[in-house]
Amino acid sequence: MSTPTVEHSAALDAVEAGVTKLITVTFRIRRFNPEEHPDPVWVDYQLEMDPKERVLDALNKIKWEQDGTLTYRRSCAHGICGSDAMRINGRNRLACKTLIKDVDPEKPITIEAIKGLTVLKDLVVDMDPFFQAYKDVMPFLITKGNEPTRERLQSAEDRERFDDTTKCILCAACTSSCPVFWNDGQYFGPAAIVNAHRFIFDSRDEGAEQRLEILNDREGVWRCRTTFNCSEACPRGIEVTKAIQEVKRALVTRRF
Amino acid sequence: MSTEISDAIVVPSKQAHTGKGLGTGNPADAFVIEPPRKRTEKTPRRTRTNFEMLAWLFMRLSGVVLVVLILGHLLIMLVLDGGVSKIGFAFVAGRWSSPFWQGWDLLMLWLAMLHGANGMRQVINDYAEKDSTRLWLKGLMGTATVFTVLLGTLVIFTFDPNI
Repeated sequence: MSTPTVEHSAALDAVEAGVTKLITVTFRIRRFNPEEHPDPVWVDYQLEMDPKERVLDALNKIKWEQDGTLTYRRSCAHGICGSDAMRINGRNRLACKTLIKDVDPEKPITIEAIKGLTVLKDLVVDMDPFFQAYKDVMPFLITKGNEPTRERLQSAEDRERFDDTTKCILCAACTSSCPVFWNDGQYFGPAAIVNAHRFIFDSRDEGAEQRLEILNDREGVWRCRTTFNCSEACPRGIEVTKAIQEVKRALVTRRF
Repeated sequence: MSTEISDAIVVPSKQAHTGKGLGTGNPADAFVIEPPRKRTEKTPRRTRTNFEMLAWLFMRLSGVVLVVLILGHLLIMLVLDGGVSKIGFAFVAGRWSSPFWQGWDLLMLWLAMLHGANGMRQVINDYAEKDSTRLWLKGLMGTATVFTVLLGTLVIFTFDPNI
């Protein structure tokens, strides 16, 4: 028996030959350290990067090799934990899901903190108001009566109804792209409404009326102007504006 | 989403932004810029009314009706039958002798004023940060709206062509 051999492809040949084409990329990062200077400042960093690498790799490279004071959040680095949402070239994205070749490396790539939340340092923002809005929509199962002795069953169609909004990773890319939220932090914001939607349309949940009551208030769904910034920003591809409209429709049809 | 970058000086990485000497170095002097009207555990207060939903529905429904009313109004006033040159006291008096045009103008006045006022309320909610500023702006706007609507209604109903 012979050992299995790997099929040789052009890409693999290139890697084995050590041919990875590096290009020079400029990263223009909006840095802010309140202990040193009250104003933020744009700092340019030049790196030799493979354009197929991610923006997060570049940030790591800057932090590890050029300037250890650069501050940003990242945890899993694979698009699931939702820590590294930032404004890259003027759009909210996850640094760990954005390839350098996709954000025009010919020109300086701008990176800044997400907007509408207090910047604490460099790319780190205070997420407390964001999670407060999340808590305020009661993002947990609400039921009446005794607990069943076996699991709560649900048909595939009932599960499909809210499948889209279960994908949320709470990265705040949508909420911090919303112009209503930029101007008025009291607004619930898209992320909180998406997570309310996840339970409102869940057939096992019985707290829909309570959540609709909460979102019917002054700072609830009626402040949404359908600018679609949130749908465009969502790194998980959730149709955020559609979810908000569905909550609006549920409110109108239930109240009349 | 806007792609422009905010106004700030660009410095090369050689110039140490994080070096010493830019600020006082005292952490107590540190300050950050808070976004307007940050959400806290206590705010916003619950009101438990359907007002926002009714306002939202009113905007959609009145908008549809206003498209017909205003385009019709503009057509009559500016295009048909000699256009703007025909408008005079006699023309208005003639129109308002008919209850149909009285009703048309009355409906247009009420819907347009309430529609516009509700839109302005949204703008104030968006841009005024302090509660006192909001109160004053909304108060002024409400007063102007009520005054215009009442005055217009009064004129439509008490108009006397023999004045």
